[in-house]
Amino acid sequence: MILVFVEHREGKIRKGSFEVLSVAGRLDFGEVHAVIAGKNVKELGESLKNWADFVHCFENPLLENYSTTAFKKVVFEIAKRINPDAILFSASSLGKDLAPRVSASLNSSFASDCTNLRSENGKLIAVRPIYAGKAFLEIELKNKPCVLTLRPNVFPVESVSKNGKIEIESIEISEDDLICKVVAVERGEEASIDVTEADIVVSGGRGMKGPENFSLLRELCSILPNCAVGASRAAVDAGWIDHQHQVGQTGKVVSPNLYMAFGISGSIQHLAGMSGSKIIVAVNKDPEAPIFKVANYGLVADLFEIIPILKEELKKLLS
Amino acid sequence: MEIIVFVKQVPDTESRIVIKDGKIDEEGINFILNPYDEFAVEEGLRLKEKFGGKVTAITVGPERAISTLRKVLAMGVDDAVLIKDDSGETYDPQRISKIIAEFIKKENIPFDILFFGKQAIGDDNMGVPAMVAEFLGLPQVTVVTRLEIEDGKGRAWREIEGASEVVEFKLPVVLSAQKGLNEPRYETLKGIMAAKKKEIRTVTLEELGLKELQCSISILKIEPPPPRPAGRVLQGTPEEMVKELLNLLRNEAKVI
Ligand SMILES: Cc1cc2nc3c(=O)[nH]c(=O)nc-3n(C[C@H](O)[C@H](O)[C@H](O)COP(=O)(O)OP(=O)(O)OC[C@H]3O[C@@H](n4cnc5c(N)ncnc54)[C@H](O)[C@@H]3O)c2cc1C
Ligand SMILES: Nc1ncnc2c1ncn2[C@@H]1O[C@H](COP(=O)(O)O)[C@@H](O)[C@H]1O
Repeated sequence: MILVFVEHREGKIRKGSFEVLSVAGRLDFGEVHAVIAGKNVKELGESLKNWADFVHCFENPLLENYSTTAFKKVVFEIAKRINPDAILFSASSLGKDLAPRVSASLNSSFASDCTNLRSENGKLIAVRPIYAGKAFLEIELKNKPCVLTLRPNVFPVESVSKNGKIEIESIEISEDDLICKVVAVERGEEASIDVTEADIVVSGGRGMKGPENFSLLRELCSILPNCAVGASRAAVDAGWIDHQHQVGQTGKVVSPNLYMAFGISGSIQHLAGMSGSKIIVAVNKDPEAPIFKVANYGLVADLFEIIPILKEELKKLLS
Repeated sequence: MEIIVFVKQVPDTESRIVIKDGKIDEEGINFILNPYDEFAVEEGLRLKEKFGGKVTAITVGPERAISTLRKVLAMGVDDAVLIKDDSGETYDPQRISKIIAEFIKKENIPFDILFFGKQAIGDDNMGVPAMVAEFLGLPQVTVVTRLEIEDGKGRAWREIEGASEVVEFKLPVVLSAQKGLNEPRYETLKGIMAAKKKEIRTVTLEELGLKELQCSISILKIEPPPPRPAGRVLQGTPEEMVKELLNLLRNEAKVI
């Protein structure tokens, strides 16, 4: 049996959770259970009926904002009750914070940011990138209920047709369980999609020449569906764009369907963050730039010439 | 303010990762202080400068990790402990967390903050801080980019997708540092000289009663990433290149 932690924000279930539910449906591990918790989640729980055999809904006003310790308690209590083989999370910022704590509470095996998952004679085997994707580690998780987080944007969403049963849970949650709790959420510069969640990332490096030119990338981005702006560390360190956008070993690791690199040389640390992208396009003046080694399509050209044409042609194509 | 910082020695980000006999070949790898742990050390030192107290650094690792402890001593850390673990990289955050939690319990050292990096580059688990917090029953804030401590309580800003969460907690607490929290200082010559003379205590797993500690995962294999298919360099004028690119993205790659 698999338990999936379902994440929601602003009244919507997050895409990463559907990816995880899809994986749970495909794994040969029996029933799929979903858990959703918050102040007001019954309706969201209803919407998960197709995705799981059981949907555990837990409502409590104290869970309006995220609290690691309170959410841990919810997952822990449900896991104790149903005794799953594995508990799956999306490797979102919340999943990465909560999953290892849940694993420790159950004294179980843990694997983060998995890019592959399979069952073999009742054993759970996971593959995950190490050294920022310079190698892949295949492990067997020994102690159940194994806790795993799955890298967003790697697993396809495939609808499952279940006919789930809603279970309304009651768990004691008090202020004592909220020893750390979110009191406010401060939005970034613009309400944008995160690079780790975008289908398309358009990234700029030192070749962008200055902060003002990042607006070229923002414009390009606004034409493309579910697109985010990324950057190399050189651009971030120069102060042209916020660190939130940095892709690479000390930035974010992304695996979008399409990654477009403009004026990025392709240092080993940058490649570590994006070489798992499905399709890579590089625009660089220097034909020797290492980025071309990983690019599916390379344009040896001046990015300032390419971007305006690309914008116009894309508008025509996508309108 | 009593602060304990956990530091790990990791391969330099420039390192070429070579797999030999199913393991990472350490030959030719340059080991450094995990970059995120450097932010944790820096923040610890700043808190000590503000409130007084002491910063202790702890690493779990082989003998070679002593050089990393010397580095943080040179930055200004007061004391350093090596918990000697010769099992090599196990990629198992639970094992490391159990060692750390056991050490903290056994030593019974008072502390206000257990400071970690958000992630050890290499194992890339992002697991140890939250696990230690759970084993010790402490509040946690991970991926912290800003911190305020006052009167036994604190607020930390943690990075999430496209925003920051402001988290409140009481001390003692587990925190993990993200880039942006501060600019780490360089070691001074004086610091480096003083660090050379400092005694570094070594604790064995036997002393912690953890000689039999098992891993919760077993490694089946380590492989290089799948090779990317050879790319194509597009030819022609900028207009021609862009048209060809969009044609390929739509009809061959099917991504737009
Ligand atoms: C510990 C550590 C961690 C690091 N982590 C990261 C990380 O997470 N992410 C990261 O990106 N880097 C990281 N780096 C830095 C990395 O080593 C490189 O310095 C950085 O990636 C370079 O950024 P860049 O490609 O934008 O700049 P450059 O290497 O300077 O490349 C700029 C490119 O732009 C091209 N160009 C210039 N003008 C034009 C034009 N008009 N049209 C087209 N092309 C043009 C040039 O030909 C060149 O190839 C890290 C380094 C260290 C030491
Ligand atoms: N062997 C270790 N010794 C000391 N601290 C560690 C060790 N492994 C991990 N840590 C700490 O835990 C953080 C997160 O590591 P990880 O969970 O391995 O990604 C690191 O940044 C360190 O602060």
